[in-house]
Amino acid sequence: MGGVGVATSDRPINLFRNMTAKVAAIPMILTVLFVFVGGTVWTVTYSFTSSKLLPKLKFVGLDQYERLWSTNRWIISIENLFIYGICSLIFSFVIGFVLAALMDQKIRFENTFRTIILYPFALSFIVTGLVWQWILNPEFGVQNIVRSLGWTGFVFDPLYNADIVIYGILIAGLWQGTGLIMVLMLAGLRGIDEDVWKAARVDGIPAWKTYLFIVIPMMRPVFVTTLVIIASGIVRVYDLVVAQTSGGPGIASEVPAKYVYDYMFQSQNLGQGFAASTMMLLAVAIVVIPWAYLEFGGRKRG
Amino acid sequence: MRSLGILLGATALVAATSAGATELEVTHWWTSGGEAAAVSELAKAFNASGDVWVDGAIAGSGGVARPIMISRIIGGDPMGATQFNHGRQAEELVEAGLMQDLTDVADAQGWKDIIHPSSLLEACTLDGKIYCAPVNIHSWQWLWLSNAAFEKAGVAVPTNWDEFVAAAPALEAQGIIPLAVGQQSWQTSGAFNVLMVSLAGKDIFLQVYDEKNAEVAAGPDVARVFKAADDARKMSAKSSVQDWNQATNLVITGQAGGQIMGDWAQGEFQVANQVAGEDYTCLPGLGVNEIISTGGDAFYFPKLNDAEKTEAQKRLAALLVTPEVQVGFNLKKGSLPIRGDVDLAAANDCMKKGLDILAKGNVIPDPNQLMSPDSIGQINDLFVEFFNDASITPEDAQARFAEIVGNAD
Amino acid sequence: MADVLTASRDAQAARFEGPHGPRPRNAFSRRNIFIYGTLILVALYYLLPLYVMVVTSLKGMPEIRMGNIFSPPIEVTFEPWVKAWAEACTGLNCDGLSRGFWNSVRITVPSVAVSIAIASVNGYALANWKFKGADIFFTILIVGAFIPYQVMIYPIVILLREIGLYGSLTGLVIVHSIFGMPILTLLFRNYFASVPEELFKAARVDGAGFWGIYFQIMLPMSLPIFVVAMILQVTGIWNDFLFGVIYTKPDLYPMTVQLNNIVNSVQGVKEYNVNMAATLLTGLVPLVIYFVSGKLFVRGIAAGAVKG
Repeated sequence: MGGVGVATSDRPINLFRNMTAKVAAIPMILTVLFVFVGGTVWTVTYSFTSSKLLPKLKFVGLDQYERLWSTNRWIISIENLFIYGICSLIFSFVIGFVLAALMDQKIRFENTFRTIILYPFALSFIVTGLVWQWILNPEFGVQNIVRSLGWTGFVFDPLYNADIVIYGILIAGLWQGTGLIMVLMLAGLRGIDEDVWKAARVDGIPAWKTYLFIVIPMMRPVFVTTLVIIASGIVRVYDLVVAQTSGGPGIASEVPAKYVYDYMFQSQNLGQGFAASTMMLLAVAIVVIPWAYLEFGGRKRG
Repeated sequence: MRSLGILLGATALVAATSAGATELEVTHWWTSGGEAAAVSELAKAFNASGDVWVDGAIAGSGGVARPIMISRIIGGDPMGATQFNHGRQAEELVEAGLMQDLTDVADAQGWKDIIHPSSLLEACTLDGKIYCAPVNIHSWQWLWLSNAAFEKAGVAVPTNWDEFVAAAPALEAQGIIPLAVGQQSWQTSGAFNVLMVSLAGKDIFLQVYDEKNAEVAAGPDVARVFKAADDARKMSAKSSVQDWNQATNLVITGQAGGQIMGDWAQGEFQVANQVAGEDYTCLPGLGVNEIISTGGDAFYFPKLNDAEKTEAQKRLAALLVTPEVQVGFNLKKGSLPIRGDVDLAAANDCMKKGLDILAKGNVIPDPNQLMSPDSIGQINDLFVEFFNDASITPEDAQARFAEIVGNAD
Repeated sequence: MADVLTASRDAQAARFEGPHGPRPRNAFSRRNIFIYGTLILVALYYLLPLYVMVVTSLKGMPEIRMGNIFSPPIEVTFEPWVKAWAEACTGLNCDGLSRGFWNSVRITVPSVAVSIAIASVNGYALANWKFKGADIFFTILIVGAFIPYQVMIYPIVILLREIGLYGSLTGLVIVHSIFGMPILTLLFRNYFASVPEELFKAARVDGAGFWGIYFQIMLPMSLPIFVVAMILQVTGIWNDFLFGVIYTKPDLYPMTVQLNNIVNSVQGVKEYNVNMAATLLTGLVPLVIYFVSGKLFVRGIAAGAVKG
């Protein structure tokens, strides 16, 4: 299977051999070169300048980076992204997988349950943020309801408490995203051969063990795609925060993408914004490039 | 269907307008109740003069709207006119030659003589040429008080900041938030600047914001201001609204005792049919030091390739400064006109107080005119953190403030 | 050839038809109670916000001020919906969301079509016609999926200005195609890589070329993955605010711009009911697509989209 045939098996040294494929890939090549590589080089270059509103090549060395790392708000943004990222990864995978496994038990109304869990993904982050902002609002939402039931000391105000605000955002993020993860996992489970289950049952292996030691390792490709989707979403988290808290209370729920945007456009300090985005790109590059190359390139598919 | 009708109407209009009427797209972020009423005055006047105002409002205050405006100007497909705050937000766009030179309009109308205070025009001037038309003066230094709230608490409506602080416990006892502050960062730093001007005076303010003197910023005068900011922080601890007008709404409905906010808050009181002196009280300079800052809004006109549109831009620029438009617009907006020679008989008590102070010349420039948006942004970040995190002592905050001031440009 | 094709399609269809877990025993077993109980609780959690949105959008403001967001409306009113669709103001334009609806359609249809066309050809070339350097381009593309949109705003403004497409629909379509490319290409590449090799070889022997195989073999058997791509793109593009507002001009602004305007311009009191109605109206198109094609979506993903 896979990276089939002609090209990989007997590749001749002939520039024109795959000409049509190359021509067909021109949009991708242009995008990669001009947007992703070009844009990155451009961003990195201008991060060493004192550009304000308009990009200007007035170099100031590492000034922007020094300022970046001495800014409280940036440090908090990084911490938040870290907490949000780890929790989001773990919970997305666990919840997604468990739900998918439940769905895979030959249940009735599978379509209904699946649609219910998946529909939030159709809504934008702005909408998601708005609704959850409201549900978590202590004056209208959950806290108010519980108090009106008689438990007057009940406190639940994640969006107004600087210590836990990032978890309030996590609740909304998971609500929006886990449906897709569940569907991806479900698809992975459906791709596992029935014979595997039969064999496991014949051997008397309990279901949980089958999942953990046989099924999950077989689903590696699904996990890879899922990981790319979740992780890219984490790095880019922005709208959700803006819609739910605007970074507040204070600066307790700031995230790096918001720092970049605010500095580039609100404070009109492009250099600072670019320095922050370069740090983000760098972090992504260190983690993703080696992994992506191992995963998608370098070795023959099979 | 309705939008289709408008679309068709608009196309028909374009087809029929080679003579005279020109469409001009105007972008701005005036979308609250009072603001929208004010901007419709501008549109009406422009339409009445034979051209067509195409409204491009983008909600969410300057933070959302400005990137869009700037992108469009840089992208080479600009709007006909756009709002910015007076000051340095559009400085580089002017330097890059992207903005229309309005000097001939200004000379023809004699802007130099009629625009008051002259600092407004200076903020529009680069190398002797004029690039924007100021439309209003907004001052920050106002304390808005809910008469009903104080009545409920059984204390007299305060006449200055100290009385207000003293009344806070009585308000709290009635479940009223003493001071309403929205969560957006510019509101907290704005409130702090008001405290600085009002409690430490004009000179200190100018030494900090104009001369960027870090020593003064770290000194005892500013320390007193931080002490007051600490009081304000305690008084606003229960205020959890986001937007400034939601905070104003708390005052209007008597859920909060007061709010430190610019005179644009007045538009909201007006929309709610409240009467100055009866339903609410306004204290310029917090009732301590009657000085107001003269920030505000101005219109900029990006360079366009279309000669007809360029003419229309100049017509709009000229129109914005005329007495009729100034009166109509500013009455709705709750701001002060940019010329001293117009009759504002219809103005309410609070606006008259403002006009009075303006006439006396007790004015200072707005921080937006003195510092770059970058430095302002840093100060915003500091105060939004300070107001929301009780663990930051006033001393720590002051040290960080002084550092920002020292590095400011 | 045709036989092979149908046979394989049937095989594929059969493989992904049903669930694979152990067979259920009796309807009220402990196990069933656990499974359905959990699923019902989870479903309630996922439905809660939708319920709140719908209920709120049907209440009048006085009722909302009373405070309980979970209680059903005492008096049902459709006024917030009418207001959100046709009357809500931003600045001087008081025609609600209706202003942007057709623009959203005009943007979404070509953007979805073009981005899917490009990504499917990319995926096909990467999976079946690997050329030298293809892996490197693909790796960079995947890294591109992690770049925050905000970082790319300025470079793209300048890029579009230089090619003279700034402010046009074409420009926006290009932007959406660029940002949709990484994930879509990954999905298509994985899907095409799972097509049996014999099929491909047989076609080569028959003398079919790059486009011949793409149109005659790959396209006809890829409906599920196209559905997946379409759903992802419709959702993303329909919900986009940032690109729509930055790369076009007001007569092309999508519905989300009006949504932002309605939600963010507070005229006195926040009208939560109108906000919620506007939110639901804006989300209606992707929601309907989900409800209609949800089954195909899972089938599509199952049929190879996530196989590595």
